[in-house]
Amino acid sequence: MQAFFTSTIAMATPILLAALGELLVEQSGVLNIGIEGAMLNGAFFAFAATYFSGSRTLGLVAAIGAAATMNALLAALVVNLAVNQVVAGTALDILAAGLTGVLYRWSFGITGKTFTVNPIQPIGLGPLARVPVLGPVLFNQNAIVYGAFMLVPLTGFLLRRTRYGLSIRAAGERPEAAEALGLNVYRLRWEALLLAGGLTGLAGAYLTLAYTNTFVEGISAGRGFVALSVVIVGRWNAYGIAAASLLFGAAMALQFVLQAANSGLPYQLFLALPYALTVIVLATFGGQAKAPSALGQTYVRA
Amino acid sequence: MKGSLARTLLALALAAVLICIMLVALGASPINVALAFWEGAFGTWLALTDTLTKSTPLLFCGLAIAVAFEGALWNIGADGQLLAGAMSAGALGPMLSAWPHPLAVLAMLLAGAGGGALWGGTAGWLRARRQVNEVISTIMLNFVAAQILSWLVHGPLIERSHAYPISLPIAPAAELRLYFRPSRLNFGMLLAISCAAACYALLYHTEKGLELRAMGRNRRACEFSGINTAELTVCAMALSGALAGLGGATQVTAITHRLYESFSPGWGYEAIAVALIARLNALAMVPSAIVFGALDNGAQAMQRTQGISPVLVQVIEGAVIMVLLALDATGRQGLGRTLKGPMSQAKKATDDVSVESVSQLEAWR
Repeated sequence: MQAFFTSTIAMATPILLAALGELLVEQSGVLNIGIEGAMLNGAFFAFAATYFSGSRTLGLVAAIGAAATMNALLAALVVNLAVNQVVAGTALDILAAGLTGVLYRWSFGITGKTFTVNPIQPIGLGPLARVPVLGPVLFNQNAIVYGAFMLVPLTGFLLRRTRYGLSIRAAGERPEAAEALGLNVYRLRWEALLLAGGLTGLAGAYLTLAYTNTFVEGISAGRGFVALSVVIVGRWNAYGIAAASLLFGAAMALQFVLQAANSGLPYQLFLALPYALTVIVLATFGGQAKAPSALGQTYVRA
Repeated sequence: MKGSLARTLLALALAAVLICIMLVALGASPINVALAFWEGAFGTWLALTDTLTKSTPLLFCGLAIAVAFEGALWNIGADGQLLAGAMSAGALGPMLSAWPHPLAVLAMLLAGAGGGALWGGTAGWLRARRQVNEVISTIMLNFVAAQILSWLVHGPLIERSHAYPISLPIAPAAELRLYFRPSRLNFGMLLAISCAAACYALLYHTEKGLELRAMGRNRRACEFSGINTAELTVCAMALSGALAGLGGATQVTAITHRLYESFSPGWGYEAIAVALIARLNALAMVPSAIVFGALDNGAQAMQRTQGISPVLVQVIEGAVIMVLLALDATGRQGLGRTLKGPMSQAKKATDDVSVESVSQLEAWR
């Protein structure tokens, strides 16, 4: 059971990081379908930078930079040029899949050999880590996990309790009105996308530097898309998003438990579970009533 | 229209320049790569027909995307719908040994269209009745379809004599026999081209097509003028899925005769680029699909002779879409025109319906 909870947290962390970034972006009125590509890009650059420099810090910086660059590209397209957000985001996903594939084969060859880096080690929080069952699950994780969960109240506070958060939400609810009040909607959306890029890059870095210690093509495996659903299921609320991330993390962790239990069910069932669950949960919770009103709409300054 | 063709060519040229810069950075000679590419895509009769064969699933998926996008339904799930069609056909195929050949092939194609329609229609229903964003549902259904395929070829349909998991072959009666010998080019391409013509007629010369395009431009206005947008959403998504599914079934009956895990190399995603290059125009989809079929075919030749990995094609696709979007946007702003068409519908999606938009719609009808 402890193994299940531990892998739930491990699976939930990258989704949570990406979803918190996506929350900022969506509150500012942009739907970022390119999140999957940004995460994949972050995962590759974190791995490659760490492998060649030997420094995980440099790996994290590279991941944040690479994903933020992807989001900057998206911002230029959807904010300044006001192109369709869904299509531009999908283009980024395709681009990132190709780019990371080309760069990986170029830098590591296609030998079939596995290249590895030293994974980020967990930090035990003293006596708390020795509490039975809960201790290792909650208090013996790596720094990215702690950081991700600490970001939940921070993001909630930023969006709900600060003037800056209010400005971002204004940009996503009524951009024209926000602009009339003297806010710079383009700038707010750019900032949200860059911040989210950093978080998404961190999510990607977590996949290669903490969860596994290697890179394989397409390692993000739809986690960015799951993060998009998590924002909806979490009702555009940081705490709701944390809960939804844990739910999806559990669905992903279930495959290990059930495979180990030798249930006789086909393993593909468990692999499909998180994706099927996304559809079922969205269908059950339905409605996008709480979505920012201007979400996904291009805003052209008059 | 003329301006948009110029921009399309400019986008392709700019993307080519980007690729050349990348090739040089990777240490390859762009000229050698281009020569290898041309030889592999068009150089010989076999290469040319292979290019056309490879563009067939792209054409089906491109049409699927055009039908959905025209209604502002962002179907990113053509890949899953193609797999759903291939799985229906591939599962039915082995059981058709007693059937007469034409009927067996027809049954395969119908099964494919049905499977795809079910997959696409599900996403349409979720959008219409449960307000589930179709972008997310279709992407998720892609992953689910890939896992079902994996299960089929590892489990119920497995042919055990093979080293790697592969499904039972379809019955000989269900194998397509209409080929342009000695190539692999087949009736599938003709079927796809007929579908393109049918889609064009549907979208531009029928009332339903008009309603769909109107929905893509202003959904609220359509609802106010009495169009059943929920029903239209489900139908359009089912039709979109059926087209992609037909592509999958054609591939099974004409080329592979079986199912295996990596059945689709991502046709459904590539087709988004195909559809955008064609400006969602069903007839322009034919040359557009051939361009991308050539890209796939040429990329394999590049790999054989120049050691350039075929994933480069994805970089090209992504770059082409983005360059095209950017050029369209700047062109639009340069000409000072207002936003038009489903690609820019987003702006007014939930806006209040203006009197003009309703009366405009009435005028269209």
